[in-house]
Amino acid sequence: MTKQQALYKYLLRLGDNPLILGHRLSEWCSRGPILEEDLALTNIALDNIGRAQAFLKYAAEVEGLGKTADDLAYKRDERSFYNNLIAELPIGDFAYTIARQLLIAVFEQLQFTDLSKSSNETIAGIAAKSLKEVRYHVAHARDWCYRLGKGTEESHNRLQRAFNELWMYTGELFEMYDEDVILVFDGVAGDLNTLKIQYYDAVQKILNDSNIQIPVVDYMQTGSRKGIHTEYLGHILAEMQYLQRAYPDATW
Amino acid sequence: MVNTQLHTRDSILQILSVICDPEIPVVSIQEMGILRDVIVHDNVCEIIITPTYTGCPAMGIIEADIQSTLHHAGIDEVKVTTVYTPAWTTDWMTESTKEKLQKFGIAAPVHSHCMDWSKPEQHAVICPLCHAEDTQIISHFGSTACKALYKCNVCKEPFDYFKCH
Ligand SMILES: [Zn+2]
Repeated sequence: MTKQQALYKYLLRLGDNPLILGHRLSEWCSRGPILEEDLALTNIALDNIGRAQAFLKYAAEVEGLGKTADDLAYKRDERSFYNNLIAELPIGDFAYTIARQLLIAVFEQLQFTDLSKSSNETIAGIAAKSLKEVRYHVAHARDWCYRLGKGTEESHNRLQRAFNELWMYTGELFEMYDEDVILVFDGVAGDLNTLKIQYYDAVQKILNDSNIQIPVVDYMQTGSRKGIHTEYLGHILAEMQYLQRAYPDATW
Repeated sequence: MVNTQLHTRDSILQILSVICDPEIPVVSIQEMGILRDVIVHDNVCEIIITPTYTGCPAMGIIEADIQSTLHHAGIDEVKVTTVYTPAWTTDWMTESTKEKLQKFGIAAPVHSHCMDWSKPEQHAVICPLCHAEDTQIISHFGSTACKALYKCNVCKEPFDYFKCH
């Protein structure tokens, strides 16, 4: 793997996560439990799509084949997507969506704090910009964890169940792959291992404050660094890419 | 061609000063800090803009507004470049810009140094309608990504708060 290939794949990872999560969150449009949450979740979706555009645009430049961010979003196959599995899981109920938001936003806050010091100026710039938005995502998910966790028996049980189901997808966030090794050496990427302790401390504190038990799991899910996904990603892509696949290069 | 005799950085900034934020029509894109710079090259006039939020859907409209405004002024070769660094901040708004927001009914952001980011709602937001301090947050995410939704406990009206960023 050359440095260019490593950077390209790393940028796809940074772009695919918000692209797929943003798509998932947009499914809440017109279906939020209350109007304010409809707005909140779709605003967060928009932040994610904006960040995906920024990283995928840069990925296309690094690839150097004259593609655009849209080409990378709409014309890549499942096996060349590198988003973490947790981003592609179905939205579930509101508690499940909130639990996923918390697990991802807390990670992103740490990751972008780290990447805003990247030796690569473009990555550092997008990371610093995204960090400002992610701070609000963390506050949003955390406040809902408090409310649901300490709310009714029903809301508490649903949130607990959501964390129980999602916990096995958190290990993957910290997996270091070939591209990480190359890029960490040059100071382009951060060492994900160094974020792990802070991450679980931060999440556990919020769960404790929400009366939610820390789940215990036997193993962690893996696969996305190699482009191996759950059965759900193919369905998202079928919907998201339909138009560009059926009518290549259609514009309006 | 850009006629560099006729058009300087300052004169182009002057032309662009009429363009308002599509979502907040009382402030210009310059006052909002979206318009960052103008570079007059030999054959093209480059306009540097930065998004308030990465996913701001108004960026396309703003770019189109810049193109058409400059075309009307006789400048045809226009390139609009989006940058992310330095990251946009509400701290760039001047006091007079914040006053315009207040008069429009949007509470102005506090300075980012005044923020406790772990508790974004923990600072006083003054009602832009009746100027009461007794207000409460309804949602961090309002009608657009850059605004939060508040309500006033005195006049009972809901209002937008421009989030500190
Ligand atoms: Zn009031």
